[in-house]
Amino acid sequence: MGKIVIDPVTRIEGHLKIEAVVEDGVVKDARTTGNLFRGFEIILRGRDPRDAQVITQRICGVCPQSHGIAAALSLDSAFGISDKIPDNARIMRNLIQGVHIAQDHILHFYHLTALDYVNVTDVARYEGNDSQLNSVKDFIARGELGPFLPRYEGDYRLPPEVNQQAVAHYVKALEIRRVGHEAVSIFSGKIPHSVGVVPGGVTSVPTPDNIMAYIWKIKILQDFIDNVYIPDVLAIAGAYLDYAEIGTGCKNLLSYGSFDLDGKSPDYTTRERLFKQGTVSADLKPGNLDTDKITEYVRHSWYEDSTSGRHPSKGDTKPQYGKEGAYSWTKAPRYDGKVYEVGPLARVVVSYAKGDPTAQELVNGALDKLKASPSVLFSVLGRHLARALSAKIITDSLEGWALQLKPGEPTYVEYEIPDEAMGMGLTDAARGALGHWIEIKDKKIANYQCVVPTTWNVGPMDDKGQHGPIEQAIIGTRIKDEANPFEIVRIIRSFDPCLACAVHVVTPKGRDLGQYRVV
Amino acid sequence: MVKELPVIYLQTAGCSGCAVSLLNSASPTIKNVLIDQIVPGMHINLRFHPVIMASAGELAVEVMEGTAREKKGEYVLVVDGAVPTATDAVYGAVGERNGKPVTMLQRVTELARDALAVIALGTCASFGGISAAAPNPTSAKPVKDVLDAEGIKKPLINIPGCPPHPDWFVGTVAGIIMNGLPTADDLDDLLRPKAFYGKLIHENCPRRAYFDEGKFAKKFGDEGCLYELGCKGPITYADCPLRRWNSGTNWVIGAGAPCNGCTQPEFPDQTAPFYEKLVDVEIPTIGACWTGKEDK
Repeated sequence: MGKIVIDPVTRIEGHLKIEAVVEDGVVKDARTTGNLFRGFEIILRGRDPRDAQVITQRICGVCPQSHGIAAALSLDSAFGISDKIPDNARIMRNLIQGVHIAQDHILHFYHLTALDYVNVTDVARYEGNDSQLNSVKDFIARGELGPFLPRYEGDYRLPPEVNQQAVAHYVKALEIRRVGHEAVSIFSGKIPHSVGVVPGGVTSVPTPDNIMAYIWKIKILQDFIDNVYIPDVLAIAGAYLDYAEIGTGCKNLLSYGSFDLDGKSPDYTTRERLFKQGTVSADLKPGNLDTDKITEYVRHSWYEDSTSGRHPSKGDTKPQYGKEGAYSWTKAPRYDGKVYEVGPLARVVVSYAKGDPTAQELVNGALDKLKASPSVLFSVLGRHLARALSAKIITDSLEGWALQLKPGEPTYVEYEIPDEAMGMGLTDAARGALGHWIEIKDKKIANYQCVVPTTWNVGPMDDKGQHGPIEQAIIGTRIKDEANPFEIVRIIRSFDPCLACAVHVVTPKGRDLGQYRVV
Repeated sequence: MVKELPVIYLQTAGCSGCAVSLLNSASPTIKNVLIDQIVPGMHINLRFHPVIMASAGELAVEVMEGTAREKKGEYVLVVDGAVPTATDAVYGAVGERNGKPVTMLQRVTELARDALAVIALGTCASFGGISAAAPNPTSAKPVKDVLDAEGIKKPLINIPGCPPHPDWFVGTVAGIIMNGLPTADDLDDLLRPKAFYGKLIHENCPRRAYFDEGKFAKKFGDEGCLYELGCKGPITYADCPLRRWNSGTNWVIGAGAPCNGCTQPEFPDQTAPFYEKLVDVEIPTIGACWTGKEDK
C-alpha cells in the first residue's frame, strides 16, 4: 500500500495538496488539503459594507469579477435595492462577468489543463512555416524547457501533428484570453480586480463607441471558441475516451444560475437567468434551489468545532490549526446534508435538465459527436466539455445584450446604507456556485461569509465522514503508474480548483499508513 | 549561445491576481517572455511558476530547490504574496520536506538567501496589502520585513499594485537585463522603480481640470472629479493615467471609478473606506488646490 502525495498541485489557482492512499493500484482513500488561510471573513468585519466588493475580489485573482458581482448582489439585497438596479447596469454587469468567465474557461483548458494531455516536445519535430511554432521549436532546441518540463511521463496519446497544432493553439489562446480581459476593462476599468461593478449598479456609462469596441472583441472570442476550443476538446476526448468514465464523483450537481435576464424580482433564487438555478443528480431530474439547505461543516477543517453545521448567514470563522482529525483550511459545504459538485458541469447540466433549448441542443450535439449518453457527463471529459459549452453559451449571448444597452439612460441607483440589514448574493462564477452573505450592524459589516465554488469541490470530509466531491472523484480510480499519477492530476484539474493559493501533487514515496491519521 | 536568466516565481499569501496580470503583458507578450529571446541572446528561464508549470508535487518542488542549488547567486526570486508569520507560520505552506509542510516563511527565507536579487511583486509582497489587512489574522508580512528580520541583504525591488500592471514587472526585468540591477537612484524610498511610480495619479489624471475647478461628481456616472466619491489618486504613485490597463484599453478612472490607492503601503486600511472622500490632509505635491488653503 502506498500513498501518493501531490503538494503543491500546480496549474490551479491556490495552494492545494492531495494525498491518495493506493492499494493494488486503486485509490482507497483521498484527502484534499487547502494549504493557505488568509482570513477574509475576519478582515471584512467592521468595514464599510460597500468595500466588500473591493476586498472580496482579492480572494481570487483568477475569478475576481464573480466575487465583485456576488458582493454587489449581496449589498444590493442588504440595501433593499436588488429590484431597482437599472437595466443598463444589469446588462453591463452581465457583459463584464460574461466575457471574464469565457476567457477564464479558455485559460483553464489551454494553460492549466492541456499540458496533461498534449506533448509539447513534439514541436521539436515540426517542419512547417508557422512562425510561432518555429519559435517554440527554437526554444525546445535550446534545451532549457522551464516551465514545460519536467512533467509526468508516459501517457501522451495524440499524434505529433495534433500535438503541434495544440501547442499553436496554446500560444494563440494566450492572446485570445488577453483580448477577453480587454473587453472586461471596457466597462470595468481594468482586470484583474476591476472597479466597474458597485452596489447600486456600475460606475461606467455605455457609449456607442465602447459598445462597438466590446462587440468586436467578443467576436474574436466567439470565433476561437467555435473553431478552435470546442474542436480541441472533442479531439482530446477522442484520444482519451477512458476519461469519460474516470473521475465521476458524487453525481449531485448544484447551480445558483447566472446572468440576470430580468432585474425586477428581488429573489435571486427564482429570477430569470441565462443559466438556471437548481440541482440535478444522476437521474437528470432537476430540483429547485433552496438556499436554506446550505450548511458548512468544519469537523475535519482547522476551525473550532463550535462553528460546524451552520447556515452561511450564521457562519463564523475561528481558526484552530492542528485540531485533532482536521486536515484542511477549507470548510465542507453541503446541500440538504449531501455532497454536491459545482462548476460549469453543474451550470450546463442543470439548464439542460430544466429543458433550456440552447443547453439541450449543444449538449446533445456534442454527445452525438462522441456517440455517448448523458451519463458520461459525470466525468473528467464531461467537465471539460461542459466548460467549453458554458463558454459558448455565454459568449453567444453577449452581443445581443450589448445591443440592448441604452446610452444616456441611468447605470446607477442611489441608496442609504441601513443601520441593520442582512443580504445574500448568489451567482455562478467560472468555477460554479458562489454565495456571499452579509450582516450589517451600525452601518458596518458585522459578519461576512463567502461560500466559494472551490470550497464545495475541494472541501474535506464533513461531520458525517462524507468525502468532498474531488475526494470522491479520486477514490476508486485505478492508477496505471504510481510514479506518474496522471489520473489524479487530470481529475483534480477537471474541476478547475481555485484555492487562491496552489494545491499539492504527490509522488509516491511509499509512506506508510501510520502517517495517515484515520479518523 | 543564449544566456539564460533563471527565475523562481514563488506564490505566497495572495490571490494569483499578480500572475494573471502578468499574462496580460501586451508587448512583449507573455509568450515572448516565456519562450523567446527577450533581447537577442537572452532568455528568461521561468523554471518554477506554480500557475503554469507542467510539473507538480515533489517534481515541482525539486525544480525549485534544484534551481536554488545549481544556480546559487544567479537566479532572480520573484515573490508574489505576503508571508504569513503567526503561530509558527502555519497559515501557508508550499510543498513538503521529510513529510512535513514547508512554510512560506521558510521558503522565502531559503530562496532569498541564495538569490541574485529579489522582486516583491504586488502590494501583498511589497507592503503586506490585502493579506495583511487589519486585524491581519495571519500576521502576514511584506518580503522586506522578512529579509530584514533574517538579516538577508539582497537587492530588493518592490513592484506594488493590486495587481501590478504587467509593464511594471516586464519593464523592470528588461532594465535588469539591459542595464543590470537598479541603483538606489532608480528606486524611490519605498524601493519602487521611479520609472513607473514616480508621479501621483493625480498629477496626470485627465479629470484633473475638474479638480482644479472644483467640479466634483456627486454619484457614479456623473462628469467631474471623483475626489468626493473616494478617489485616492492624490496620494497614489503610479502611471496608470498615462499607461492605462489591459493593452491600454481603459483604466480605473476611465471607467468612472475612484482610484483605491492600490500601489501604496497604506492600501487597504488607510485608503479605505474606498468610497469616502480622503480626509483633508496637506497634499503638498499637487499644486493648485480647490480648498483655497494653498497658494494659487
